[in-house]
Amino acid sequence: MSLENILKDWSKYRRGHEEGGYHDYEHMWGMAIDLDKCTGCNACSVACYAENNLAVVGEEKFSKGQGMHWLRIERYWDEPDLGENRVNEYQIHGASFIPMNCQQCNAATCEPVCPVAATYHTPDGLNAQVYNRCIGSRYCSNNCPYRLRYFNFFSYYEESWPEPLQMQLNPDISVRDKGVMEKCTFCVQRIRKAKDDAAREGRRGPGAVNDGDLKTACQQSCATQAIVFGDLMDEDSAVSKAWKQHEVALGKASQNKINPDKRGYRVLEGLNTDPCVMFLERVREV
Amino acid sequence: MQTKDINENLAWAQINKDVMRSMMNPRMAYWIAIIACIVMISCAVAAEIYQYNVGMGVADLNWPHMWDLYIATFIFWIGMSHSGTLLSAILHIIHADWRKPIYRFAEAMTTFSLMTAGIFPVIHIGRMWNMYWVLPYYSDRGIWPNFRSPLVWDAFAISTYLTSSALFLFIGMIPDLAICRDNTTGWRRKLYTLLSLGWRGDDRQWRNFRRTYLLMACFLIPLAVSVHSIVSSDFAMSIMPGWHVTSFPPYFVAGALYSGCAAIITLFICLRYFFRLEEYMTTAILVKTCKLTFAIAMVWTYLNLIEFASVWYGHNAVDKELLIAKFTGPYSPYFWMMLFCGSVVPFALAFEKLRTHLPTMMVVSLVLNLGMWIERWMIVTPTLSQGYHPFAFDVMWPSMVQWAIVFGSFGWFGLLFLIFVKVFPCVSMYEVKEMCYHRKREALGIGHGSVGGGAAGVVPASKSDLEGS
Repeated sequence: MSLENILKDWSKYRRGHEEGGYHDYEHMWGMAIDLDKCTGCNACSVACYAENNLAVVGEEKFSKGQGMHWLRIERYWDEPDLGENRVNEYQIHGASFIPMNCQQCNAATCEPVCPVAATYHTPDGLNAQVYNRCIGSRYCSNNCPYRLRYFNFFSYYEESWPEPLQMQLNPDISVRDKGVMEKCTFCVQRIRKAKDDAAREGRRGPGAVNDGDLKTACQQSCATQAIVFGDLMDEDSAVSKAWKQHEVALGKASQNKINPDKRGYRVLEGLNTDPCVMFLERVREV
Repeated sequence: MQTKDINENLAWAQINKDVMRSMMNPRMAYWIAIIACIVMISCAVAAEIYQYNVGMGVADLNWPHMWDLYIATFIFWIGMSHSGTLLSAILHIIHADWRKPIYRFAEAMTTFSLMTAGIFPVIHIGRMWNMYWVLPYYSDRGIWPNFRSPLVWDAFAISTYLTSSALFLFIGMIPDLAICRDNTTGWRRKLYTLLSLGWRGDDRQWRNFRRTYLLMACFLIPLAVSVHSIVSSDFAMSIMPGWHVTSFPPYFVAGALYSGCAAIITLFICLRYFFRLEEYMTTAILVKTCKLTFAIAMVWTYLNLIEFASVWYGHNAVDKELLIAKFTGPYSPYFWMMLFCGSVVPFALAFEKLRTHLPTMMVVSLVLNLGMWIERWMIVTPTLSQGYHPFAFDVMWPSMVQWAIVFGSFGWFGLLFLIFVKVFPCVSMYEVKEMCYHRKREALGIGHGSVGGGAAGVVPASKSDLEGS
C-alpha cells in the first residue's frame, strides 16, 4: 500500500474487495468443514498449537479469556427440556460442535480498520497478518464479527516453552511477542513451501499448486476427515467440488439455493464478509 | 443573585489588579491540590510501568473485550475539549459577549483535555514504541498508514485540533500577556516578554490581532465538529451492533459539548471560589452557561431516544438484542445510571433557585460528567460483550490497572490546569474591559461599539489605560 500505488491506481485501491482488490488472484484458498463428521475431539486445535507455535497460556489466563486458540471448537447445547416427560433432560443430542478458525473473508472487516495496514489481503486470497507491522490497536479484533483474532496480552515464550521445550517450536514461523494480534493463517508456511516446491518443478502463477500438494495442520490431524482444504480457483480440487455440490459460491451475501436440502452454509455471510470457509450442517434424526 | 453579567463600572486598573492577584502568591490550598494531582499521576505512572513491562493482559483486557476504559476515557477527554471551542469560537462569532470573562479557562481546558486524551491511545496500544507508524512519514520501504482506517483519521484530527486550539489559546492571550509583562518582575517578566511577542497595543497590531483571532475562530469551529465526528467514526465505521450507528457523529458532538459545558461549570465555581473572582464570574453568567448546558443536555437526550427508536424500528435482531441487553443485562445498572445522570439530573439546571446555588451546581455538574463518562463506557464495552457471534458473549470488569490510569488522567489534567492558572491570566482582561465598555455605552444609549469603526474603536488608544495598573 505505497502512496505511489494509491496515486497511480486510485480507483482500484478505492474499490477494494468488492470488485476484487486484486484482479489476478493466484489462488483462492478455501475450506469446507463437514459438521456431521466433526466429533469435537479437539485434535485440530492441538495440531494448530503445535504447528503454529501457539502459546499455552495456562488455566488462569485462559479462563480470563486470554487464550490463543486460533482454531477453537465451539460447543452449543440444546435447551434442555425440563417439561413433564423430561425427554431431553440430558440433552440427548449432546453438544453441537463447530470448529471456528479465521474465515479468511474476501471482504474482511478487519482489514480496512487497521491503522498501519498490518492486516491485508494477499494475492492468494488470504487475509494475512504481518506481526512486525502490528502496533496492537486491536481494532481488527473488535471489528471481526466472528471474534477470531487473538491478542498477545503477555510475553508467553518463557512460561509456554521452558527449557528444553523451545526445541519443539516450528522453525518455519515466528514466535510472537506481547502486543501483537494473531490469527489463523491457513498454515501459510505450508502454502509457501508448496508454492516453492511447485516453482522448483517449473510451475508458477495461478494453479501452480496441485490439489493435495499441501494439507493444513488441522486437516491433517482430523480423524474423520471433516476438513477439506484447497484452492477454490482450481475447479477440480476437492474443496471446489464440495462448494459446488452444496451450492455455495463466493461473492454472495446469500446463496439462494436451488436445492434447499444442500447443507452448505457460510457463517454470518449476510454481513457481506464473503468468508472462504464453508460449513456443512449437521444432520439430525429428530 | 447578580442580575448583570458584569458591573460595567469596574475600573480597568481594578480588572488588571484582580486578575494579576489571582496569578500571584499561591495559597496552601493550591499546593495541596498540586500534591494531590501528583499523587494521582504517580498511581497512573506506576500502573502504566507495570502494564508496559508485563503486557496489556494486566488490565484484564481479554478476548473479546479488546478495548475498554482506556478508549472510553479517551473519548471522554476528547469530548471535554469541545466546549472551550464552543465558548471561545462559536460564541465569539455570534457576538455573545457574556462569554468573555469565562472563555479563557474554557479554552485552556480544551487544550489540556486534548493533551490528556492524546495519552490514552499510546497507553492503550500493544506496542506503544511503534505508535508513530500511524503517521504518514516517509519510509524507504514505501509503507504508509492505512488511510481507510478511522484510527489514522483520529491521529490527523486530534493532532490538528491540539495544535490549533493551543495556538488559539495563545493568540487570544497576547494582549493580556503584555499586561502581565508590564506588571511583573523576575522570571515572569522574562517569560511574558518572550510570549507577548512585542505587543505594544497600537492600531495596526490590534487590527492584525482581530483578524487572526476571527480567522482562527472560523477555522476551529468546523474542526471541532469534525474531530468528534471522526472519533465517533471509530465506532460508526465498524460493523458491530451498537457501534454501526448512523447518528453517532451528531450524538458524539452533542455529548462532547454537554460534558464540556458541565466541566466549565465545575471549573467556573472552583475559580470563582478560590480566586475570589465574584466580580467577573458572576451568577448571571453562570445562569447563562447553565441554560446552554440544559439545552445541550436535551439535544443529547433526544439523540439517545433517536438511537433507541431507530434500533427498535429497524428490527435488526442482533442490534435489538444488544439494546435489550443494555437495558436489562449485566451492564444495566450503569446504563440506567447514565440515563439518570445525563437526562434526569440536568433538569436541575432548569430551576432558577438551583442554578444560582453554587454548591448544588458543583454537585450537579460533577454528576453530569460522571454520566457522560459512563455513556462512553456504555458505548465501548457492551458491544464487545455481545456482538454477532454467540460463542464470544461475555461480561468483563476492568482491573485496578485500568482504574488507576483513568484516575491518574484526572490528576494530569488537574496539574496542567493548576499550573496554567498561576502562570497565565485565567480571565481575559482586555475582553472584560471591552465588555464593560460596551455595557456602559449601552446603558448610556450610545449603541454598540460604533466609535472608530468596530474592533479598533473599542480598544483604548491610551497605553496607560491598557497596560498600566
